Amino acid sequence: MEIEYNDSERAFRDEVRTFLTDNLPSTISNKVKQSERLSPDETVEWHKILGKKGWLAMHWPEEHGGPGWSPIQKHIFEEETAEAGAPRLLPFGINMVAPVIMKFGTQAQKDYYLPRILNMEDWWCQGYSEPGAGSDLASLKTRAVRDGDHYIVNGQKTWTTLGQHANMMFNLVRTDPDVKKQEGISFILVDMDTPGLTVRPLITLDGEHEVNEVFFDDVKVPVENLVGEENKGWTCAKYLLTFERTGIAGVGISKAALEDLKEIARTQMVHGRPLIEQPSFAERLADLEIELMAVEMTNLRTVAAAEAGGIPGAESSFLKIMGTEVRQAISDLYREAAGPYALPFQPHDEDPVGPDFVAPAAPTYFNLRKLSIFGGSNEIQKNIISKAILGL
Amino acid sequence: MDFSYSDEQRMLKDMVDRVVADQYDFDSRTKIVDSDTGFSADLWKQFAELGLLAVPFSEAAGGFDGGGAELMVVAEGFGRGLVVEPYLSSVVLAGTFIDAIADDDKKAALIEPIVSGDTRYTLACYEPAGRYDPYWIETTAEKSGDGYTLNGFKSVVLNGDTADKLIVIARTSGDTDAVDGLSAFIVDADAQGVTRRGYPTIDGHRGADITLENVSVAADALLGAEGKAANALQHAIDRGIVALCSEAAGAMEIACDLTLQYLKDRKQFGVPIGSFQALQHRMVDMRMGLEKVRSLTLWAACSLEAPEAERRQRLSAAKAMVGKAGRKVAEEAIQLFGGMGMMDESSISHYAKRIVMIDHYLGDREYHMAQLRDMTLAGQSTDHAA
Repeated sequence: MEIEYNDSERAFRDEVRTFLTDNLPSTISNKVKQSERLSPDETVEWHKILGKKGWLAMHWPEEHGGPGWSPIQKHIFEEETAEAGAPRLLPFGINMVAPVIMKFGTQAQKDYYLPRILNMEDWWCQGYSEPGAGSDLASLKTRAVRDGDHYIVNGQKTWTTLGQHANMMFNLVRTDPDVKKQEGISFILVDMDTPGLTVRPLITLDGEHEVNEVFFDDVKVPVENLVGEENKGWTCAKYLLTFERTGIAGVGISKAALEDLKEIARTQMVHGRPLIEQPSFAERLADLEIELMAVEMTNLRTVAAAEAGGIPGAESSFLKIMGTEVRQAISDLYREAAGPYALPFQPHDEDPVGPDFVAPAAPTYFNLRKLSIFGGSNEIQKNIISKAILGL
Repeated sequence: MDFSYSDEQRMLKDMVDRVVADQYDFDSRTKIVDSDTGFSADLWKQFAELGLLAVPFSEAAGGFDGGGAELMVVAEGFGRGLVVEPYLSSVVLAGTFIDAIADDDKKAALIEPIVSGDTRYTLACYEPAGRYDPYWIETTAEKSGDGYTLNGFKSVVLNGDTADKLIVIARTSGDTDAVDGLSAFIVDADAQGVTRRGYPTIDGHRGADITLENVSVAADALLGAEGKAANALQHAIDRGIVALCSEAAGAMEIACDLTLQYLKDRKQFGVPIGSFQALQHRMVDMRMGLEKVRSLTLWAACSLEAPEAERRQRLSAAKAMVGKAGRKVAEEAIQLFGGMGMMDESSISHYAKRIVMIDHYLGDREYHMAQLRDMTLAGQSTDHAA
């Protein structure tokens, strides 16, 4: 049993670190480290830098432009980029619509869409959730009616992350309302410039415009934009749940966040001594560190199993729950560590009051409440574990 | 032993509930939060007319001699409505401070404009290096001529941006963290040398960072005896803690009510999500958290005149419990509401924010746990029988 990286894995880690040192713009990494929102241009810039290196689509098969990494190399890449303050990659194009197109799409769709994802010509968003279809996604109602060589789409999607910047959307729509709900869903690709499609901002409790509602009013979608067979869209959605979810624990991001937490605890004073020296605080920090270690090793065990040829199934549900809980706990302790100065709430373009690194404390804590809600809520993940692993 | 409200307390509760129901619906509150000042001058006047601004003051000061229970009733009602008017800052903290420190012949004149709503005060006490310790004061007051010159910095002063007058706690003697040597001065908010940087807080209120640079005050700006402000400071903060815990209890009550209703209304998988046992248990846990906070708040509210050890223990216990159970209720409310809980448009997210952020005022859970721990270590903790 070998729990440490071997020589070639360490060499790969060094290669990634060197690349990041040389190519990750500090303007971008500084923003990420200070929990500041990137502009759309900055987001695209980083994707293009990785794209040029051939490292953008690490889960893709080599035939489509993937780098051919092992699960451990992918894990190392995720860890190192998080630690360096690289932005989180937009998952919708690279990790969601692309695998579906690769598995279920026509050659024409692969030839057209995949390169455009790799060079960031298309910014994708996801049309899944609806006001009446959250955890019960299969009950979605957005309707697509076949009319000659188009589908006419009517309905509403919600919680569309960064839809305000996207030009393409992949959608689950109802093409047959008369069968069992999972059997009447299709997976279609929608150009967001199509007449009848309206994006409306949804402001979250931290004051940010991160998600949107999208309304469809007789939106015409060409039949060529159907991926896979009509009424077989749920299969595409389920496929995504098994596709490459080992990054889901977000270990690298949590490790970086824990370092930030220690830093703020070193600079905040209580009776003239750093907060980190308060025994009760230090103990809570130690508790978090232990939890994070547990998530890290559980993640590594899953990665190593994938390396040996296994396919993680419901284990990814454990990782999603553990990963989100520890990240939330870190953000909570960070907010507390910020003390009274967690209260001032200021827009990003102002000169914040208080010490450095305190301004994002409360907004980040509140924003990250979403982690246990989206991506399949933690309650749903527990249901999956109960059923698939425990047989209850 | 009788936990029911007196007739006067019931009337007070009904009055506050009615004002909130009539004028502080979520949309109205949103407008007030987004306004220039962060409060409603019109409502402030109404509060004055209803006598709400007089509740906690002694009769000598022109008040109704309200105690902790009365303060609790008012603040809980405000919590239910997420009221952002400057009651805590002006009436509770600044007002009861003046009531505690000023001589009887002076206090009526000082408190009258607070009660009438004409003047809003705020207590400018806390400083960045002090964190939650109200006695860690680096701001200095040096005798100069007949008066004093103040120099220093005050952080996150409640409603400091719009207050008419500041009560500045400054050190006239003693070490930085000494309880002795603190003096209180009334300073005009727009006096020369006072610079205010105001801002909204994430829970819908307003604050300010205030710099004092060679601010000259006359001798009569001093409240009470020089160097002897600590007792009055504790008196005011204690009442502030009762008010905040009560506000949390009120907000937690509505958060629970809203969540319960959502569990009944929201259908997924063909059934109300409240039919899932896992969620039922969590809703029950939320209600238990609410009851614990209500209980400890009540205990604290009724202990303002208790001997010091009991008073300290019960106030810190209540505030620490709000930090723990309040956060849990807030987080669960957001989680059970799902995506809706994350929306600025939903009132539940604002309840959650206020409940959580109450921990950042007047000592967080860590601070109050340390108080209780220190009492235990010093052999001062009491057998907590009522």
